[in-house]
Parts: sequence; C-alpha cells; structure tokens
Amino acid sequence: MVWEIAVSGLLVIGGLFGLIGSFGLIKLPDPMTRLHAPTKSATLGVGAVLIASLVWFPSQGQGVSWHELLITLFLFLTAPVAGNLVAKANMHLLWRKRDIPPPDKGDWATFAKRK
Amino acid sequence: MMRRLFPHPLLSLTLALVWMLLVNRWAVGSLIFAAMVGTIVPLLTAPYWPDAARIRAPHRIPGYVAVVLWDILRANFSVAWIVLFVPRKSLRPAWITIPLDLRQPEAITTLAATITLTPGTLTCDLSQDGRALLVHCLHAPDPLAVVDEIKTRYESRLKRIFA
Repeated sequence: MVWEIAVSGLLVIGGLFGLIGSFGLIKLPDPMTRLHAPTKSATLGVGAVLIASLVWFPSQGQGVSWHELLITLFLFLTAPVAGNLVAKANMHLLWRKRDIPPPDKGDWATFAKRK
Repeated sequence: MMRRLFPHPLLSLTLALVWMLLVNRWAVGSLIFAAMVGTIVPLLTAPYWPDAARIRAPHRIPGYVAVVLWDILRANFSVAWIVLFVPRKSLRPAWITIPLDLRQPEAITTLAATITLTPGTLTCDLSQDGRALLVHCLHAPDPLAVVDEIKTRYESRLKRIFA
C-alpha cells in the first residue's frame, strides 16, 4: 500500500513535469528559449517515472531491474548533445551574427572561416 | 603491453559494466561477453581517440555528480516556475561567454554537458581557440552572476578532478 502510494506520487510528479515541459514549447517566445523547457523539465519528468519503475518491480517481488539506471545514464549523455546541435542549427538559421557576442579572441568554432 | 591492449582502461570498465547491466542477469557467459566488448570496442575506436582523459582526483567524482544531480533537480523546478509564472514580456534571455580555465577536451565536454543540464543555461558553441564557451540563458537579469556561478560551482570542482 505504501509502495503504491509512493509510486503513484512519483508518476503524477513525472507526468506534471512532462506536461510543463511541453507547455513551455508553446509558451516561450522564440526557438532558442523553447529549447530550455524540454532539456530541463522533461529530465525530471522522465526521471520520476524511472524511479517509480525502480521502486515498483522490487516491491512486487520481481527483482531489481538495472535498465532504469542505464536509461538515466544514456539520457544524461544524449540530452546535452542533442540540445547543443539544435542550438547550433538555431544560431546559424535564425540569428544574425552581430547579435551573438564574440569570444575574446578569434571566433566561435562553427562560425570561423576556413583557412 | 597492457597499455596497448587497453588504451582506455576506464572506457573498457564502463563498457563491460554497461553490458552487464543491459543483460540484467548474472551469468558467466555474459561476463565473458562483457569482457570481450570492453576489450574490442576501445581497440577499434582508439585511432579516433588518441588522448586519454587524465584524472587526478577520482575520489572527487561522486561529490561532483551529487552536486550536479541536486542542481538538475533545482533546474527543473526553476525552469518549470519560469514556464508557468513568468510572463513573456519580463523574460530576459541572454547570451553569455564563459572564459575557460580548463584545457583538457574531456573536462570542457563535461562542463558543457553540466551547463546544459543545469538551471536555465544551454551550451551553444566553443570558441575557435577552445578557451571560451558560448552559453544561452533562459532568464538572466544579471548575466555576470551566471558566469560567476558556473565558474565557482562547476569549473573549480572540475579543475580539481582533472589533472
């Protein structure tokens, strides 16, 4: 009973953060800020669901499953890479170069002229 | 000899561990296969990965992971708050540049990934000379404070971990 309440609580939290992350896609003003909502809020959404699954199966006497841990690991490895690539596509397609502050020396790697 | 067989000992261990977790069942057969994966994959990918990460203080890694996990939790709540309650007009997105003290590519990658996963910031690009990161902030009324926080909270910790 206690486990069921804990798991339900986690699922509700997960669903709520997933919803907020998706709502952010509509509400935030431009593509660059929209990128923030799914990379952050969705992590906790997925995380809460994974923890719920991690708690549920042992409490039903089915043994611990390590796959949830791996999903978390892969998520943390891939989310920044995907975010970085979408941000770069955004910068090159929708931003004028003079609106992006330059580094102290040279240029940003993807804007640099080929020698 | 050992060095040539295992060009990236940490990568080998991680791959073997991930394989065992994927199989999700303790058996000698899968342990042998995990050892094979851990040996062959680093050997095949070694030409693309000439330098190994030099880690000076591995015992500090769990502490760093704990700080980052806690910040991911905070990041979720603060971004959710901004999405729900900050009106579009008062949102202050900003570009900031972070001068880097880290020089190892692996350390910079770790910092970049950390920045993306934590409160309202997103790594967008690296400068040509590898000495600055371009970061986009969702809501930063005071951009300099964000630079300061990233440098003291994450970069200083990473500097202690990586040699």
